[in-house]
Amino acid sequence: MSKLYSGAEIVFKCMEDQNVDHIFGYPGGAVLPIYDELQNFKSIKHVLVRHEQGAGHAAEGYARSSGKPGVILVTSGPGATNVVTALTDAYMDSIPLVCISGQVPTHLIGTDAFQECDTTGITRPCTKHNWLVKDINDLASTIHKAFEVATTGRPGPVLVDIPKDIQFQKTKYKKPKKEKKLNGKYHNHFNQNSIDHLIDLMSKSSKPIFYTGGGVINSGPKASELLRELVYATGFPITSTLQGLGSFPGDDNQFLGMLGMHGTYEANNAMHDCDLMINIGARFDDRITGKIDEFSPKSKKVHIDIDPSSINKNVKVDLAIVGDVKTVLSSTLKSLKQKKSKFLKSNKQKTSKWWEKIQKWRSVRSLDYIGSEETIKPQYAIERLYELTKDKDSYITTEVGQHQMWAAQHYKFNKPNRWMTSGGLGTMGYGLPAAVGVQVAHPKKLVIDIAGEASVLMTIQEMSTAVQYNLPIKIFILNNQYMGMVRQWQELLHDKNYSESYTAALPDFVKLAEAYNCVGIRAKTPEELDDKIIEMLNTDRPVIFDCMVDKVENCFPMIPSGKPHNQMILGPKDQESKKITGKGKSLV
Amino acid sequence: MPNSKSAYSFSNKKEKFDTHIIVVWVDNEAGVLARVVGLFSGRGYNIESLAVAQVDEKLKISRITIVTTGTPQVVNQIKLQLRKLVPVHKVADFKREDKAVIFKEMALFKIVGPNNKLEGALKACKKYNPVLLDKTKKSNVIQITALRREIDKMSKDLKKFGLVSVSRTGAVAMTRGADIFK
Repeated sequence: MSKLYSGAEIVFKCMEDQNVDHIFGYPGGAVLPIYDELQNFKSIKHVLVRHEQGAGHAAEGYARSSGKPGVILVTSGPGATNVVTALTDAYMDSIPLVCISGQVPTHLIGTDAFQECDTTGITRPCTKHNWLVKDINDLASTIHKAFEVATTGRPGPVLVDIPKDIQFQKTKYKKPKKEKKLNGKYHNHFNQNSIDHLIDLMSKSSKPIFYTGGGVINSGPKASELLRELVYATGFPITSTLQGLGSFPGDDNQFLGMLGMHGTYEANNAMHDCDLMINIGARFDDRITGKIDEFSPKSKKVHIDIDPSSINKNVKVDLAIVGDVKTVLSSTLKSLKQKKSKFLKSNKQKTSKWWEKIQKWRSVRSLDYIGSEETIKPQYAIERLYELTKDKDSYITTEVGQHQMWAAQHYKFNKPNRWMTSGGLGTMGYGLPAAVGVQVAHPKKLVIDIAGEASVLMTIQEMSTAVQYNLPIKIFILNNQYMGMVRQWQELLHDKNYSESYTAALPDFVKLAEAYNCVGIRAKTPEELDDKIIEMLNTDRPVIFDCMVDKVENCFPMIPSGKPHNQMILGPKDQESKKITGKGKSLV
Repeated sequence: MPNSKSAYSFSNKKEKFDTHIIVVWVDNEAGVLARVVGLFSGRGYNIESLAVAQVDEKLKISRITIVTTGTPQVVNQIKLQLRKLVPVHKVADFKREDKAVIFKEMALFKIVGPNNKLEGALKACKKYNPVLLDKTKKSNVIQITALRREIDKMSKDLKKFGLVSVSRTGAVAMTRGADIFK
């Protein structure tokens, strides 16, 4: 007879078979049997966070930067409810997470027991699927299935809730089975006709654009390689969503920059005026489309996505290809080479006018800002950070707000999986714990959280985690003492009524760093900025960098709410110069 | 800045709503109905009626029939979102006007009153295959199967005969002829 294992042992045996090397968690009453077994499974390292939300975001950072699912272990009740924000965040941004939560013993479920909550009920709308395991014999197969659901198709978070009595009970262990197919949930069956149709559209177009998103990143590094090949083979311009940054080199001439609410003038205008839009792994989010009725009115639209429900959800498309980006791109390239081997040459003429137009939009230089010698402009700080780190293979996480948009605009990414930001849910407090997770996955790499002082305070306690595990993350705070994006909206839309957007009693971040036993650095002037950044980069310990920036800088360009792509507000420099020449009004 | 004070855009588009019957085959497991219903409420879809029961004891498959209204785009989303749920096996959808599909609801009416009223009520139901499930000197329980609007009408018409209580199911659906839902 084969050996019997307790539920707690089975949890770890499953993780071993799923090649889990790190888990992020926090112990508590209902998971103690699992924590008791931890020491017996040496290949699995546990990272003790300071709050379960931190465990969730750290697991997201780990997953995004490594391509492997992030694993979380939390207790029942508050342990589970604290992780809900991170699960929702991962659900919105399609990040594979497996969350194991403890639950009160089965006979107490429904009695309002101590630290009981309806975990599967609460997490049902923010996971791809979840399970409450009430029979020890289902435990192993459920956990294996959880990993499969999290990582196949459009990735996302899952949760397995395990009552404490199940953790103690014993049964045989079942190895993962190669399941035939997950209930038909994984879609990768497009036909050659669709690919031919796409190539036909591409060869007919004179104003094409690639619009790429996080799906390219999720499809793996190979997808990014294929994307580059396709973009170079066609000579088409390309723009990317916030989540797609890095799949195509940010400093390449064919790249128009990020699109959307704070995207570049050239990217948004090209989206508006194009005659062919090829969406690869993006989802026509409302931050991208602006006013939906006037979104790219004259274009044929192609949508490549692994999730059938993304097709025609917000924008009706002319050609839908449901499949994994990598596979679709590979078929497209193959057909393109076979049928139109001289595509680039023959198409150059056709798209030359389009490129001229794009150059004209580019010459507006929409990311420019008015520099200063007295105060550090936040854009300048990001530019310097980029210049001083671009030769290192650095990983950037962010919090949410103005600093996030400035980072997206001014930091150029050349590789996938180097940019971790909360896009869909927009979770302030994401970046610091995410950086912890990234550093765990890549101990030798440079990991920087570009932060705002308001966001970072939401999960600042995770500095303690970074110190405990010697994770030399750099928290680069653009400190303007305001919730900058809130302040910007209040200035532009609410008659400068800065209701509750100023933080009057901020901590001294340098002293705070010292309290956490890490390093605090402050930069106050543009003059000293470079030296201070270099000091930060030369510090092999966690650093909190307090970069005191202009308090009232706004993030431009910007598509105001309810406006289409071609009605952007440009920055103050442009607005002034345009006023003088009298040409600016059409742009505002 | 123009009128909008929101970070989101508004839509003033008014589109036509169609009534659709969505049939979903699911694993009969804990929480499955909550997943389906939660999907509707969470994404703002309507449910006009709902009927659910296990139809295959061996495979533990339940069949859920949902009557919903929405624009063609919303109905399409409902189907695609349902198909993403792990315990969902297949989803069928048809318009209420579809002639190839039968759909029926069942209602129980309790009538309390003198004999002539009880008889009147039974007579009024004649078109809908009434079954007298319970009879006392003062009361009747009548079962009918009919279309939603017919039951709506009967619930109103029977008031004058002493209708005191109505209980009704959601619609269930079946294709006509030898075809089955795909």
